[in-house]
Amino acid sequence: MLSVRAWTLIAIIASFALYIGIAIWSRVRTTEGFYVAGRGVSAVANGMATAADWMSAASFISMAGLIAFLGADGSVYLMGWTGGYVLLALLIAPFLRRFGWYTVPDFVAARYYSNVARVVAVIAAIFISFTYVAGQMRGVGVVFSRFLGINVEAGVLIGMVIVAVYAVWGGMKGITYTQVAQYCVLIVAYLLPAIAIAFALTGLPIPQLAIAGTLPRLDGLSTELGLSAYSTPFTGFSRLNVLAITTALMVGTAGLPHVIVRFYTVRSVRAARWSAGWALLFIALLYTTAPTVAIFAKYYMLDTLANRPLVEVQAIDWVRNWMQTGLITLRDANGDGIMQAAELFGAAGLTASIDRDIVVLALPEIAGLAPFVIALVAAGGLAAALSTASGLLLVISSAVAHDVYGQILRPEARESERLRVARVAIAFAVIIAAWFGIRPPGFVAEVVAFAFGLAAASFFPILVLGIFWKRTTSAGAIAGMVTGLLFTGGFILLNRSVQVFGTSQPILGPFFGITAQGIGTVGMLLNFAVTIGVSLVTPPPPGHVAELVDAIRQPASS
Amino acid sequence: MSADPRHWRALLRRTGILLAVWFLIGPVAGILIVDRLNAFTFAGLPFGFWIAQQGSILVFVVLIFLNAWLAARADDTAIGQAPAKNGDR
Repeated sequence: MLSVRAWTLIAIIASFALYIGIAIWSRVRTTEGFYVAGRGVSAVANGMATAADWMSAASFISMAGLIAFLGADGSVYLMGWTGGYVLLALLIAPFLRRFGWYTVPDFVAARYYSNVARVVAVIAAIFISFTYVAGQMRGVGVVFSRFLGINVEAGVLIGMVIVAVYAVWGGMKGITYTQVAQYCVLIVAYLLPAIAIAFALTGLPIPQLAIAGTLPRLDGLSTELGLSAYSTPFTGFSRLNVLAITTALMVGTAGLPHVIVRFYTVRSVRAARWSAGWALLFIALLYTTAPTVAIFAKYYMLDTLANRPLVEVQAIDWVRNWMQTGLITLRDANGDGIMQAAELFGAAGLTASIDRDIVVLALPEIAGLAPFVIALVAAGGLAAALSTASGLLLVISSAVAHDVYGQILRPEARESERLRVARVAIAFAVIIAAWFGIRPPGFVAEVVAFAFGLAAASFFPILVLGIFWKRTTSAGAIAGMVTGLLFTGGFILLNRSVQVFGTSQPILGPFFGITAQGIGTVGMLLNFAVTIGVSLVTPPPPGHVAELVDAIRQPASS
Repeated sequence: MSADPRHWRALLRRTGILLAVWFLIGPVAGILIVDRLNAFTFAGLPFGFWIAQQGSILVFVVLIFLNAWLAARADDTAIGQAPAKNGDR
């Protein structure tokens, strides 16, 4: 019988070998191949790639844990991160595919007839993507340190070398087909343990149905242990805050550059529409399973740990394993030698003993599943983190190499030169991302939520208005993006000043009850208001822009 | 070169209806009245909780596929009436 560590090594090496193999097969020689995979990706393949691109370390590693701790209010992540696809598919993706070109700033520059607008869009895209990449790298570090006992720095470096190989070599084409493979790895890794646990707990192998039997037991156990019932809403966030966070995540999803550019890679406008459906279907496989994993995990943890003596809890194998990583620190706050539910999960003002990030990674161990399942989960977590990181890195490099160098600094550059610059830019982006991974800021999902807020407040309003309201002017869009970014970014920094600047108190409290995670909604509304207001007092866009808008509204041939 | 106004108006109407469903299932049923819906049971779970954590996601998937299908049908009709002249991609 092989150990967990041996299985994990096999799973990780095998999956990495697969990614490198795909990279060698998908070498590109043109900038169109490098930035948009030659526009030859099928709707289903792009759906899978989009799902992997977009389901990050946060979705795979952190989300079920966040939901387990939040209970019913975990729906902010579930509805927020799926509902945005409806906005993306109906309001943005097919129109931007019709427009063509390579990047989101390309569209902004053409529609708003200004390189100033392009520069603002480039800054927003780079800022959003680096914020997001930081979260992925922390995920890679957690997986390597727990499962292989390698230190976080070495783990991050190994991950980044793999990404560098296939991103520099194959550009968007390499990234697309490795993402398809990564989706397959991550979805199997996520579903297999969930199915096994659902079967063990209720005899039903479908987790989505099995929670019908588990939730009432969990609700009963929670109340008995002095926590609020799991299915009661608005225990973690107020109703207004739930609305604001959900909206920010939805709108942010529709405005994330690395997701939008995936729709540039398909063959046609129609394929872009179908592809969005496939993407959300593949995402829904994980997203309808995550809340069931949360319920199973919470039930197991309460059942095996709560109200047990501290010494007994410390002796449990998986608790010991995770204590070594520092992600479980048993805090017996009242010193009675017994771990109460509130001490474990951090209710009633107590700091939780268990880090939310470990729930998915630890569940197979907690439920006593076979070592190879645990190894598969490790490979899945890496697949989720690396696939998202590579998509983000492409956005960063295309913003620098295509938008800044190719369009503004040296528009006369030859094809071979552009391709070389693109490869150098992505290599640099990988190095900077590795640095972020070694010095990561905060919780994975928390950091990612901020990236969504910034995307919601910058891109979404001006993309939608650009397509649906011809009167939107350059000055309006620039003012709107700048306002949205400054307001949202500024508020997050001041509201989270304890974590960011190390102040003892937040410099700014919640905004009328809305916290940092939901502030993107306010930023988005401000952006809409400013863009519309300024557009109305500035001269209408020139004729060729009206023609461009007419062209992207044309019916699409098959 | 100018877009056919009928095609565009039909697109706006279709988009509006689909987004209205999206709004009713997501923000309204999943958040604004979720506690009231919890009085009902669906698939063994409180209905509001089920909508917020399972049902809404399924509805979103259906809405996007429905849009792709309806939009393709509308495009066929529009192209049949007035073939695209400007080298449609």
